[in-house]
Amino acid sequence: MTSALHAFPHALPRALGRVLPPRAALALVLAGSAASVASTFLPWTWTAKFPGDLTVAGYPGGNQVITLTLGLVTLVFGAAACGVRPLARLVPRGSAQALRGLAFAQAASTWYVLAAIAVELGGLANWVAGSWVAAVATLLPLAGALALPDDRREAPPGGGLPRPAEIAILFVLMLGAMLVVDWGLATEHTQQFVGYVLALGFAAWGVNRSGLLEEISGVSARNRVATSLAALVAAVAFAFVQDGDAYLSLAANILIFGAVALGLNIVVGLSGLLDLGYVAFLGVGAYVAALVSGSVFSRYAGTPLPFWAAVLIGIAVAVLAGVLIGAPTLRVRGDYLAIVTLGFGEIFRILVNNLDGTSGPRVTNGPNGVPGVPDLSLFGYDFGETHQVLGFTLGRFANYYLLLVGVIAVVVFVFSRVNDSRIGRAWVAIREDETAAAAMGVNGFRLKLLAFALGAALAGLAGTVQAHVTTTVTPDQYQFLATAPPNSAFLLAAVVLGGMGTISGPLLGGALLYVIPEKFEFFDDKQLLLFGLTLILMMRLRPEGLVPNRRRRLEFHEEEIAEAEGHDVATRTAPAGVKA
Amino acid sequence: MTAPETVPPENAPAETVLDARGVTMRFGGLTAVKGVDLTVRAHEIVGLIGPNGAGKTTFFNCLTGLYEPTAGEVRYRGTRLPSRPHEVTRAGVARTFQNIRLFPNMTAMENVMVGRHCRLREGLFSAIGRGPRYRRAEAEARDKARELLEFAGIARHGGTLARHLPYGDQRRLEIARALASDPGLILLDEPTAGMNPQETRQTQELVFAIRDRGLAVVVIEHDMRFIFGLCDRVAVLTQGEKLVEGPPAQVQSDERVVAAYLGEPGDLEGLGDPRDPGEPGAPADGSGEES
Repeated sequence: MTSALHAFPHALPRALGRVLPPRAALALVLAGSAASVASTFLPWTWTAKFPGDLTVAGYPGGNQVITLTLGLVTLVFGAAACGVRPLARLVPRGSAQALRGLAFAQAASTWYVLAAIAVELGGLANWVAGSWVAAVATLLPLAGALALPDDRREAPPGGGLPRPAEIAILFVLMLGAMLVVDWGLATEHTQQFVGYVLALGFAAWGVNRSGLLEEISGVSARNRVATSLAALVAAVAFAFVQDGDAYLSLAANILIFGAVALGLNIVVGLSGLLDLGYVAFLGVGAYVAALVSGSVFSRYAGTPLPFWAAVLIGIAVAVLAGVLIGAPTLRVRGDYLAIVTLGFGEIFRILVNNLDGTSGPRVTNGPNGVPGVPDLSLFGYDFGETHQVLGFTLGRFANYYLLLVGVIAVVVFVFSRVNDSRIGRAWVAIREDETAAAAMGVNGFRLKLLAFALGAALAGLAGTVQAHVTTTVTPDQYQFLATAPPNSAFLLAAVVLGGMGTISGPLLGGALLYVIPEKFEFFDDKQLLLFGLTLILMMRLRPEGLVPNRRRRLEFHEEEIAEAEGHDVATRTAPAGVKA
Repeated sequence: MTAPETVPPENAPAETVLDARGVTMRFGGLTAVKGVDLTVRAHEIVGLIGPNGAGKTTFFNCLTGLYEPTAGEVRYRGTRLPSRPHEVTRAGVARTFQNIRLFPNMTAMENVMVGRHCRLREGLFSAIGRGPRYRRAEAEARDKARELLEFAGIARHGGTLARHLPYGDQRRLEIARALASDPGLILLDEPTAGMNPQETRQTQELVFAIRDRGLAVVVIEHDMRFIFGLCDRVAVLTQGEKLVEGPPAQVQSDERVVAAYLGEPGDLEGLGDPRDPGEPGAPADGSGEES
């Protein structure tokens, strides 16, 4: 399978390259992209029945916006390929790959829509002149890009831009990325979202291959504080560009999930401890907050505590639970640990189910859980009300979303600081070789317990907010596996899919796990099937996750990276015989 | 270069650093180490040789807390060594492994900094808070690690992942990592296994340099030329028991040692005559020593 996958992308370009000289190919890319931009100003079908209304001349709508944007971006990269000076930085490692990715993106997303028009409306008769123009126009750049000679090269040692310029670029990029995400979320129809995903996927692939993402991560590595600040600003701005609460509620849930996934990342990604019962800590935090919130269904309704106290108690109880679970389980390693934590996760759920006054002491209200958790009110700001801030309307979920951005900021801060410290190094050492770490003076048990406790604290923190966002806390929200996040299996999947040991990985993985089911409604009951397939494909094609950390990337793709960087692997590593 | 602070000033050159008495290790019916005594004095380099399966690595594991000896006692500078590996390291005994056990996906620098772990105090909250004390400690650990990489001759590899280092440098990195915990005694388990003669010579110089830092060294090795050129004293283990102990010249000419290497039926490895140092002992794949 791999050889076929790798052979195909070489055969076709070679054949096309023989027909088209490079200059003609580039010209074809530019002309084709211009034509596809033009085609978006024509109607693509005659009836407004197709979602997004593609019937208006002179005003691109729906999927046409995607094609239009991609066409313009391709033109920019084409200009870079022509050697326009300031644009050359866009393609540090060669332009052909970027143009191929973008051309694929144009063709794939446009052809998908045209096919959808034909299928859903019943036949090619529903294509109008504009459809044919678009169909042909988007194929031209593809043919041109494939015919381009492969110009992959080592990235030139890019001297950084002046600092203010780099910071400005970071802010623009973050806000731009936020707007792109926002556009994708706001798509009203599955057709638009599929087109969007196709476009984004291919474009990201091409742009990555041409070295732009590397360049950007270089810039952000040089300006860490500015990067975090830009991300924070973009995240806050997201709340202000939303029209309604619909996607903010989704975003708030993603942030809760992301905070827990980052906590799990300490345990799994850094310390290498496979924990299958992690969602229990989220549950601990949520239950504590719900019980002391003053909800009339709570056993402790008479003594509502202020939110800061609820947070502190929630974290403390979660840490306690982490230590209680960790102390006996962390003596076993590997697979055994996974099984034992799985058991403890279920014990939590069954315990809160039974603390209902009949099966056990009356604490948690049993399977009914604690409904009616009141909205938060901090410094007189009622999170349940709609507020007007700077002329923008912030609804209930916008309030919670902004609070959760703060929570995530705290979690990311703690994660990154601890990761880059004596503690973080010891965790990675334990993951790499526990015996050697012990022989180097690392107290394995204590540090593993610390990882458990810190991870639990972060999950507990997220839980205390979750109780107020969802207003109801029930035992079956905290299972090992359910059809929707959050649950332990999905948390682990977010960490593994996103990239173990990284910060953005679990956040991205968590976001995808929420957004994709939301946007692909037609999967319905096949969601878990799809989820499993995605996991298999990811592990086969990109085992290091979407956002690989440096170590993992080297671990899995050593040969390819060395090849791409022009190193000879054999001279850099130990001879095979002694490597064992 | 100043001596590490755990090593007292050189007022007592003959001070006993390690004192192992009657160390016995049984695994079920198999007795891997039988009543072995070993004394190491300050600034001494002691060799531990013997055919494969003689129990040398098991003895090391008993010293460093990886195994808890069935019987016997190990004292370091007069106090009994604790039975957990990290506590042994903290007490001042560091080791390397027969089959290299670096942290492969950490850089050389990070590997050495992990070795420094038990000499640092900074906990979770100072890591989050990053006060001036934390930053000073971290900077000092970095300097120390850099110094040790330089000492081991691999300073140029500081930012390289350990798994990407050439084989000989991986061995050196393991030694540098062990030194980072400021030990008073370092146990080297076959430091020259798989090395060519030139690398072996460099390792020999490195071990002498370690001694000059004020450490005592115990080294397991199969390469007789290496051992006899390096050690002040050599102990021979066969079948879990100490056969002979003495200065290299004496051990080299001892008939029982020759017999142990040549005469054991079925012991196909280590056939080299110990008096013929051109014959390095057995290859170090390690499987024979682990049990």
